[in-house]
Amino acid sequence: MKVTIDGIPVEVEPGTTILNAARQIGGDIVPPAMCYYSKLEGSGGKCRTCLVKVSKGSEKDPRPMPKLVASCRTTVMDGMEVQNITSPEVVEARKGVVEMLLLNHPLDCPVCDQAGECHLQDLGFEHGAAKTRYEFDRRTFEKIDIGDKIQLHMTRCILCYRCVFTADQITNTRLHGILNRGDHSEISTYITKAVDNDFSGNIIDVCPVGALTDKTFRFKNRVWFTKPVDAHRDCDKCCGKVTLWYKGEDVIRVTGRKDVYGEVEEFICNTCRFDKKKTADWVIEGPRKISHKSVISSNHYEFTPLPVVKTNPVLMEANKEQFERDTRL
Amino acid sequence: MESLSNKRKVLEVKPLNFLERAYLPAIMGGLATTMKHFFKKPVTISYPEEKREFSENFRGMHSLKRDENGKERCTACGLCALSCPAEAITMTAAERKPGEENLYREEKYAAVYEINMLRCIFCGLCEEACPKEAIYLDGDIVPTDYLRKDFIYGKDKLVEAPLNQ
Repeated sequence: MKVTIDGIPVEVEPGTTILNAARQIGGDIVPPAMCYYSKLEGSGGKCRTCLVKVSKGSEKDPRPMPKLVASCRTTVMDGMEVQNITSPEVVEARKGVVEMLLLNHPLDCPVCDQAGECHLQDLGFEHGAAKTRYEFDRRTFEKIDIGDKIQLHMTRCILCYRCVFTADQITNTRLHGILNRGDHSEISTYITKAVDNDFSGNIIDVCPVGALTDKTFRFKNRVWFTKPVDAHRDCDKCCGKVTLWYKGEDVIRVTGRKDVYGEVEEFICNTCRFDKKKTADWVIEGPRKISHKSVISSNHYEFTPLPVVKTNPVLMEANKEQFERDTRL
Repeated sequence: MESLSNKRKVLEVKPLNFLERAYLPAIMGGLATTMKHFFKKPVTISYPEEKREFSENFRGMHSLKRDENGKERCTACGLCALSCPAEAITMTAAERKPGEENLYREEKYAAVYEINMLRCIFCGLCEEACPKEAIYLDGDIVPTDYLRKDFIYGKDKLVEAPLNQ
């Protein structure tokens, strides 16, 4: 099947969604997605950020679709023509969607651990307006600890349902979901019951905002001061391929390897994520490539990091002596 | 050799006349200039005792501000350290404990906040980057010292004095 997205033709399999067809082309024309996650079945269709305009339905029926469609849920037709960034209507609608997503989102980016790798931050920066027209109080919730390693900040949640799909598919038992309806919807476990599963930590990785965060990383450091390094280990539960986030010599966080769309390549288990935080536990592969547009790559340089200088007792003694000589004056 | 510009000036060396040969008029002239300055307003000031007024946009030592209730504004977001071209700022964040609400404004605060004044170039980018209006370069000239370690200013020197003291 041949589809044209923003004037670029691409051949795709029947049944592919517009979003995935755009991802096969890559680059600027890929619609952003907050809720769709290619590794999670049934995800998508919630956030409406991936809206696109179908200017020609198909070869047989060339009428345009009457409304903007969610590209993550609409499958392609032969000869379909799609407009994403070339359509002012789409850009305008997306701006509205971002404003909508930010209605209840607290602007606590300076405090939030997700800042720097947050999809909502990127989206707001690229598409959003600087001001909100919303005049009412934002909904607020208390922080909830889901187990001893994961913390839920419901105030930051944009209800993308990714974590619910993760709990459904990756883990064997479903322990949390959405309670209530509409504006009162909230992600919760049954009366703060711990999500107790070997793969439960993946709900941190799939969360596009800072609603689900790693408690072992809480306020440890900002993402852009840490250095991502690819590493692997033999794990009997998962693939063991992870990204280690270094600060100096210490591993302060372990996550799955995220691709250009912020989706993990493979899910990792909780042992790898929370318990193995020593360099000795891992086989280092090399520094992770980060887009130069990302704040994470700022002040990081494009070469293999030099080994951390080991403490040299002779040098330390000499320095101490020098220091004492200086201070005596 | 011919010069490139073909311009040249021929200097004439005239012999000195009587007054010039006497030297005294020239010396008197020089002394008169010196004496004139005794009665003029001096252009210099005696610095540490006397200080010139700074311009309005002078950038001096940093101070970490408190809000109207005396709570520290800094939330250790790290944007100042990120924007710092000299990499002079480091910080360690900590979580606010229950009961410390009157000390820190946000749930996160800077437990350690250090600026290396030898590295700092006083560009003011930290001030510009701060989303919480917590850091301002509104202080004096950074005082001199003898040791490098004494130029690393911690929170004890940077944070503003509490309100009612």
